[in-house]
Amino acid sequence: MSSQANFTHAEAAEHFIADEPRTDWHDDTLWFVREKRDKAAHSLPEWEQLRQWASDIKYHGLSHMHQLLVDFEKNAIANGIQVHWAVDGKEHNEIIYNIIQDNQVHRIVKSKSMLTEECHLNEFLTEKGVEIVDTDLGERIVQFRKETPSHIVLPAIHLKKQDVSETFHEHLGTEKGNNDPQYLTEAARGHLRDKFIASELAITGVNFAIAETGGFVVCTNEGNADMGAHAAKIHIACMGFEKIIPKAEHLGVFLRLLARSATGQPITTYSSHFSKPRAGQQMHIVIVDNGRSRQLGRESFRNSLKCIRCAACFNTCPVYRRSGGHSYHTAVAGPIGSILNPNLDMQANKDLPFASTLCGSCSNVCPVKINIHEQLYLWRQEITKEGMAAKGKTFAMWGMSEVLAHPAIYRMAGKMGRWVVKHLPFLTNNGMNPWFKQREMPEAPKESFREWYLNNKKK
Amino acid sequence: MVSKQQEEMSARETILAGIMANQPLGQELPMIDLSAVIQYESNLSQFKTVLESIGGKAVEINGWTALQDMMQSDLAQGKRLVNAIAEIGSIDPTLAILEAAELATVQRAYVKGGIAVAENGSIWLDEAAMVNRLLPFIAEHLVIVIEAKNIVSTMHHAYQQVSSFDTGFGMFLAGPSKTADIEQSLVIGAHGARSLLVCIIP
Repeated sequence: MSSQANFTHAEAAEHFIADEPRTDWHDDTLWFVREKRDKAAHSLPEWEQLRQWASDIKYHGLSHMHQLLVDFEKNAIANGIQVHWAVDGKEHNEIIYNIIQDNQVHRIVKSKSMLTEECHLNEFLTEKGVEIVDTDLGERIVQFRKETPSHIVLPAIHLKKQDVSETFHEHLGTEKGNNDPQYLTEAARGHLRDKFIASELAITGVNFAIAETGGFVVCTNEGNADMGAHAAKIHIACMGFEKIIPKAEHLGVFLRLLARSATGQPITTYSSHFSKPRAGQQMHIVIVDNGRSRQLGRESFRNSLKCIRCAACFNTCPVYRRSGGHSYHTAVAGPIGSILNPNLDMQANKDLPFASTLCGSCSNVCPVKINIHEQLYLWRQEITKEGMAAKGKTFAMWGMSEVLAHPAIYRMAGKMGRWVVKHLPFLTNNGMNPWFKQREMPEAPKESFREWYLNNKKK
Repeated sequence: MVSKQQEEMSARETILAGIMANQPLGQELPMIDLSAVIQYESNLSQFKTVLESIGGKAVEINGWTALQDMMQSDLAQGKRLVNAIAEIGSIDPTLAILEAAELATVQRAYVKGGIAVAENGSIWLDEAAMVNRLLPFIAEHLVIVIEAKNIVSTMHHAYQQVSSFDTGFGMFLAGPSKTADIEQSLVIGAHGARSLLVCIIP
């Protein structure tokens, strides 16, 4: 279901950083969230142990996935929940559309679910003439603007309050030029309360599904998932199958890690445990594969399925912070998105594993210890093997390997390079050289290290 | 005609077969060793500190009468309140089946909490305690009563006691509803309660 973007990460990032003050603001704001995460993590002496437990529980889950899903389904059905299975995004969307049709409902609210973004549910239903109201504040803002979330936890982080004010003035009739976040949030609260109260069907995501109980947990700070789910007569929860954990007691590990890693909060305001529909309510769960079982079979990449969508890797990534989520042209951006999306569609997402410095910060903050930066490196190899790497990169790599393989050529190239940078700087300080963008070229040294070494050895 | 049900059955078989073929060899579950987990000198004071830091308020009260006084003063001010605590007054027998439109004007709700967690300021509420699932979300302001002896240090300890999900719904609630979706500015009172007062009984 992934749609082919008509731009690469590097092209979109160039557009993003054209506005330097905004880029700096984006960078600083996300770094601030990263620092809050550090403070929260450091408040627990057992933090590293928790990460290990979480990683091990998730691996156990991956290795027992078949049994856990069968158990989960059995227990959920016994609890009165209807369980559906979808091989891909299209089936997921059709299952939801059929429930809407069967029940003849029109007023639908949806809380944050990256899976429904991945499956392009909103576009699908809009084409069918069904309107969905996104109820997470950040998602409602981007929905009004006909944009997509740029961050999985902070969907509108690419926007400034002036942008939100203009959007709300247009759609909610708020005072023009009033940029006060308190005022704007209050306006959204009033607007969305009416939607909740009138809603007939609520769609939510799932943070954790528990095989042992047949129930699932949804975490929010705003309370929007619950306002929808408890007000509407029908609740549909959508999950990728990797959300399964074996037992309720394991929630202790994951709920301790999730919000601390995401925003530096000790826990989200609401950690809601759904296990049975309320009297007279229909509750559905849609379990989606959409490429996940294929990823499960890729030994080098299967650990990416441990992800709990905290976005710590986004907030710490020097490339994400300075290129913005939309540059990744996928529902899940950032470092984790760059190792998940090539599995969904390698051709469409072949640029993403290259949108990284491989600094490893993502792996260091990951609460389930996914080796993200190593997988980025491995995806580059897969993509190059498939002949999909960017032409310029392939050529440069070929040139580099020739030069490095022949010491005489290497020395001569070095000499020429130093001479050119010194005497003909315009040959490198120009727009044709991608390394000159946003950078000054260094001053050329008089001699190479080898020359210096040979001269000094004599003395 | 192939029914929807049959089509979905085949999706189920396809997915499960793919997983069976691709899942790696088994790894044992780790033992969660509680001796490795943080302990606080006082769970009560840690709970209060964290709760205040996430926008909630904590007060220690002597007994149920303090709550009855609070309710009386709400009523005297003409506020619409809903009580879900048997110890402090009667519970509206229709509360369980009230719908969103009927609960939308509730200004304050009184609910009895279960286990509370020192490390994160959260409180377990299950459906039996909230009576109506929507109540703790839709009420403008929320008052929760807990007993000091029910405060445990971490979530691991909490789940040792919250193992039953028989009531169909339950949650850990930590502070009032909040958002920072506009430029990361924290605003209290997104969609749920605008304030949370936790009354702690010794």
